[in-house]
Amino acid sequence: MTVNKVFKSCDEAVADVSDGATIMVGGFGSYGGLPINLIVALSRQGAKDLTVIANMGGVGFELSKRIKPGGYQDLGVLFEKGQVKKFIGSMPALGGMPPDSPLEKMYNEGRVEIEVVPQGTLAERIRCGAGGLGGFYTPVGVGTVVAEGKERKVIDGKEFILESPITADFALIKAHKADNLGNLVYHRTARCFNPVMATAAETTIVEVDELVKVGELDPEVVVTPHIYVHRIVEVKR
Amino acid sequence: MKARLDEQTIALRAAREFADGSVVNLGYGMPGLCADFIPEGRTVFFQSENGMLGYGNLASDAEKDYEMINASDQPVTPLPGMCFFDSAAAFDMIRGGHIDVVVLGAYQVSEKGDLANWGRPGRPATGMGGGMDLAAGAKKVIVTMLHTTKTGEPRIIRKCTYPLTARQCVGLIITDLAVIEVTPEGLILKEIAPGWTVPEVQALTQAGLIPASDLKEIEL
Repeated sequence: MTVNKVFKSCDEAVADVSDGATIMVGGFGSYGGLPINLIVALSRQGAKDLTVIANMGGVGFELSKRIKPGGYQDLGVLFEKGQVKKFIGSMPALGGMPPDSPLEKMYNEGRVEIEVVPQGTLAERIRCGAGGLGGFYTPVGVGTVVAEGKERKVIDGKEFILESPITADFALIKAHKADNLGNLVYHRTARCFNPVMATAAETTIVEVDELVKVGELDPEVVVTPHIYVHRIVEVKR
Repeated sequence: MKARLDEQTIALRAAREFADGSVVNLGYGMPGLCADFIPEGRTVFFQSENGMLGYGNLASDAEKDYEMINASDQPVTPLPGMCFFDSAAAFDMIRGGHIDVVVLGAYQVSEKGDLANWGRPGRPATGMGGGMDLAAGAKKVIVTMLHTTKTGEPRIIRKCTYPLTARQCVGLIITDLAVIEVTPEGLILKEIAPGWTVPEVQALTQAGLIPASDLKEIEL
């Protein structure tokens, strides 16, 4: 018996996201790897008081034109609509850009909370959450604001801090291809945070460029095993 | 006003530090330019923390694929032998000491090699990205930056006033005026921009500089 995981639209796939949910959003932050259609669907759906976990906070459509000609939608749409109460990530705003991203404007108005996490620590906290671990000691952040309030430990003469696991109610993921079971492969650097986030949520929702039949993906190249994937939407690009 | 080196020339000088066969990560902004200046005859494997090893130059407009970007969001070109992996694996490489050199930008570097490169007054919403992981994990940290701020204030100072990225991590500083090595004895002025004197560079540097016995003009 196999459950049908394929949804007709991104809107249907995010319909049950409730107010107050914690959402991981894959990608690196800019265009490649971002589940843009799922993000826009969540913005239409309107869930509020969300906690969003993503590498970057996005720059919004106007500033995105500096990254990719013509621009693109990103996480900015959720901040613009005031749907997010807390953002957790490594680059809420880019120092090399003007302070005009939706998240930075919201933050400066005191309307959203930010937890800034070093990028590798973010990936590892998600991996810990996904893998049932209680945390890990890392040298990253020692002697900085990141270490404040955290347990310190010296191991073999080197200083470490304790970091905690993260999980989410939903993960929004972008992959290149899925089969009907939910096995996933990615395209180039659009992989980034997607595989690790796909493993760490109660419900993982994936938008893919192409849906193929079971058996068409080479098992040697599957990156995300299907048990982690709960919903699939094909959005041809 | 005396001429200073431009960003391309700073990147070119930094790229001369890459040994044949080394694994190099390039940080956001100016460091990314280094990809175009690998010394002839050397092979360098560029690692990018968004999950890529062994990429080529920055892509021309015709070649651009926005699903193949470096960590500065710039499309780059593929090379034979390259590979992709996810963010968790990318940072295992970085924290685990598998990166020979990282080139990072900086707002400030202290005389002890403390690095401040992610937060500045008036921009509380910026983040460190992968900078803390890279500064803590790479075998050698090279900083490329302008020697002074837009208003002429020194960036190489006794103690950083901006939020730290990591303590005592910087090995070499390459600016538009000088090449400076961070050592336990202090900051050694190794090379100096054409037409500049030691007192002139020291006047724009808050931390004390120790001129190297073999101090020379920056070689390009």
